[in-house]
Amino acid sequence: MSKRTVQFSIYRYDPDKDDAPYMQEISVDLEPTDRKLLDALTKLKAKDDTIAYRRSCREGICGSDAMNINGKNGLACLTDIDELKQPIVLRPLPGLPVIRDVIVDMTQFFKQYHSIKPYLINNDPPPERERLQSPEDREELNGLYECILCACCSTACPSFWWNPDKFVGPAGLLAAYRFIADTRDQATNERLDNLEDPYRLFRCHTIMNCVDVCPKGLNPTKAIGKIKDMMLRRAI
Amino acid sequence: MSIPILKFDAVIVGAGGAGLRSAIQLSEAGLKTAVLSKVFPTRSHTVAAQGGVAASLGNSEEDHWHWHMYDTVKGSDWLGDQDAIEFMCKKANEVVVELEHYGMPFDRTDNGKIYQRPFGGHMSNFGEKPVRRSCAAADRTGHAMLHAMYQRNVKANTQFFVEWMALDLIRDSEGHVLGVTAMEMETGQIVIFHARATIFATGGAGRIYYSSTNAFINTGDGLGMAARAGIPLEDMEFWQFHPTGVAGAGVLITEGVRGEGGILRNSSKERFMERYAPNAKDLASRDVVSRAMATEIKEGRGCGVNKDYVLLDVTHLDPATIMKRLPGIREIGIQFAGVDCIKEPLPVVPTCHYQMGGIPTHYSGRVVMPQGGDMSAVVPGFYAGGECACASVHGANRLGTNSLLDLLVFGKSAGDSAVEDLKGGRAHRDLPKDAGDLALERISAIDNRKGGASVAETRLAMQRTMQDHAGVFRFGDMLKQGVTKILEVEKAARQMEIKDKSKVWNTARIEALETENLIEVAKATMISAEARKESRGAHVRDDAPDTAEFPNGRNDAEWLKHTLYFPQDNKIMYKPVNMQPLTVEAIELKTRSY
Repeated sequence: MSKRTVQFSIYRYDPDKDDAPYMQEISVDLEPTDRKLLDALTKLKAKDDTIAYRRSCREGICGSDAMNINGKNGLACLTDIDELKQPIVLRPLPGLPVIRDVIVDMTQFFKQYHSIKPYLINNDPPPERERLQSPEDREELNGLYECILCACCSTACPSFWWNPDKFVGPAGLLAAYRFIADTRDQATNERLDNLEDPYRLFRCHTIMNCVDVCPKGLNPTKAIGKIKDMMLRRAI
Repeated sequence: MSIPILKFDAVIVGAGGAGLRSAIQLSEAGLKTAVLSKVFPTRSHTVAAQGGVAASLGNSEEDHWHWHMYDTVKGSDWLGDQDAIEFMCKKANEVVVELEHYGMPFDRTDNGKIYQRPFGGHMSNFGEKPVRRSCAAADRTGHAMLHAMYQRNVKANTQFFVEWMALDLIRDSEGHVLGVTAMEMETGQIVIFHARATIFATGGAGRIYYSSTNAFINTGDGLGMAARAGIPLEDMEFWQFHPTGVAGAGVLITEGVRGEGGILRNSSKERFMERYAPNAKDLASRDVVSRAMATEIKEGRGCGVNKDYVLLDVTHLDPATIMKRLPGIREIGIQFAGVDCIKEPLPVVPTCHYQMGGIPTHYSGRVVMPQGGDMSAVVPGFYAGGECACASVHGANRLGTNSLLDLLVFGKSAGDSAVEDLKGGRAHRDLPKDAGDLALERISAIDNRKGGASVAETRLAMQRTMQDHAGVFRFGDMLKQGVTKILEVEKAARQMEIKDKSKVWNTARIEALETENLIEVAKATMISAEARKESRGAHVRDDAPDTAEFPNGRNDAEWLKHTLYFPQDNKIMYKPVNMQPLTVEAIELKTRSY
């Protein structure tokens, strides 16, 4: 890569001074070593320190810098800058209240995550050593436990946009299945009861936007399908 | 100006591994606890740990905590306190098994036990040959661990204050710690958290260097707060440079890659570690491997156009092993080096990774400092664990997987000690009248200054100074200049200007506050490093070379002691290393080789 100038159009809103949101057109000069969108944002922030966004690990594991990039949700730190059409349009994740610029209020997202009881439930007295689990049983958790709670999926889901208070959303349901699938967990029935409702699980219409945007390559739709299957089998 | 006051039994600053582990102890003991974090807990930097957590479970071959203790003392180049090291290594099985009970998805052996892999410096039978001691969840151990501990806290109903930044420690005239001032990032509101116990779990400060594996948030906030409150910082000259950061990007590549069979090679494809560590080879201790790599590069055997990196080769491994045990590393290689490690070796360089020093603590998690005639008197009401603390178990060099163990063991012991002291009747003490003044003054100064350098410029000046003057190899004259330069950076930082004046999510202001904390840490590092005239562990000076009298440049007669840096007047004191373990015999001083 070489030195280059990149054009941005960024959603700006500071409730402390702006009456309404607006798009800011701004460009930034990049060094050959600037590879990711987050590198460019760091340069932009050095130029205009009023641009506000979340970021931390810069390697796609903490889930902080999710935003809407040229119309698609993704992590700034895992997005190659040179593969984006310019001007690069950055907006906050859709469907959640905006606090400032591209920073959204994630309360509703985490409320749904918490609603599925995201912790192992096992009421036997803990043994002295680890509980045993076969490698095959452990493999059932692959593709589930790696979620980074970035919210790219849930905020790309029309069902979540319509009913963020009632539909658990893909991230929360992926987590629900992560515990259902864990041989050490004893609360499968309770977990299914908790989702037996016209909205919490069944608002998923397999649109699959979640799969399309997940920066970790996970498949919430598949996990949701498995929960639906279990629900059905339990009913007959 | 009056500031709202929130009263808690305990306040924990930081919600990474150490903070979450402490919080479990306090919440499950029924104490009213506030956990403050700059980021949502699962975004803390523990999440980026990859290779594993050490425990002598012996799931795949014979192992013993005493062997682990020996390795840790040797890894520390004998600067670690042997009582604390025994405490940690003995507790390892218990805290790792607890994590499994919390639901952590460890990989498994064929018989269903926790999977363990070899790691640098971890050996069986007192240094004989590498042993499988690192308990792993693929190469995402930190992620799996942090989420499991957050989940346990959800179950325990821990009260989190998410996206709150702690600003300053509150101490009264008798030196007791009474809580912190903190700012809610969404509103800019400043509040006093008035507590009977204050636990710091604020993590590291790797962002003092230009090239670092650390997250943006690793800005040494706890160390800055402690320093401003008159608490000394211990052994700050010792910084670990991880051998394998992705060249250019700095992103971490776990030592677990070498644990699974990866090999370091120079420009002529030579496995050069055979020359530097004939026994442990690529699995020697991190300081040893980083120096070997830096030497290869310095002597012209680096790779690439600028000959400025070496190669980490796993192309000889079965792709199925890579996909199963190192899937995250493969992603990182593709994302940040443009290299698929199944087909091509990864370009790597030693990169700043971990601070061995920190806030001085006893292994019970209580903060200690010289008071009266006692070099290690307890600071009442104050506890610390994890990377921000110095127990000291890592001494002059930390072994891989001992950081996750440190945050579990000392997060838990800090929590337990706080519970014990609170149940023993420690009461809320009256807040001094000026409790919030320092924080308010700092914020107001940052908001109102005009004409100084920007935060980005100030940070860059600091990071360049640290990188150039206190890197993998250190030089007497460069350290001296480094001290002058870092004091100039500090002076310039007092004029640092921000343009953002908003009350709402003002990231410019947050970064300015973080930079003030980083500079405290940078100063402590440079001044402590300049003062230590020997080579030991990660601190290697050109003017303290390997000689017959001083093997590896280490001078035990003069320098077998901990540094204590006092920020108020940039003075240094020393305190003895505790060579007396709790129950076993002392591990005698020896020349270190792998």
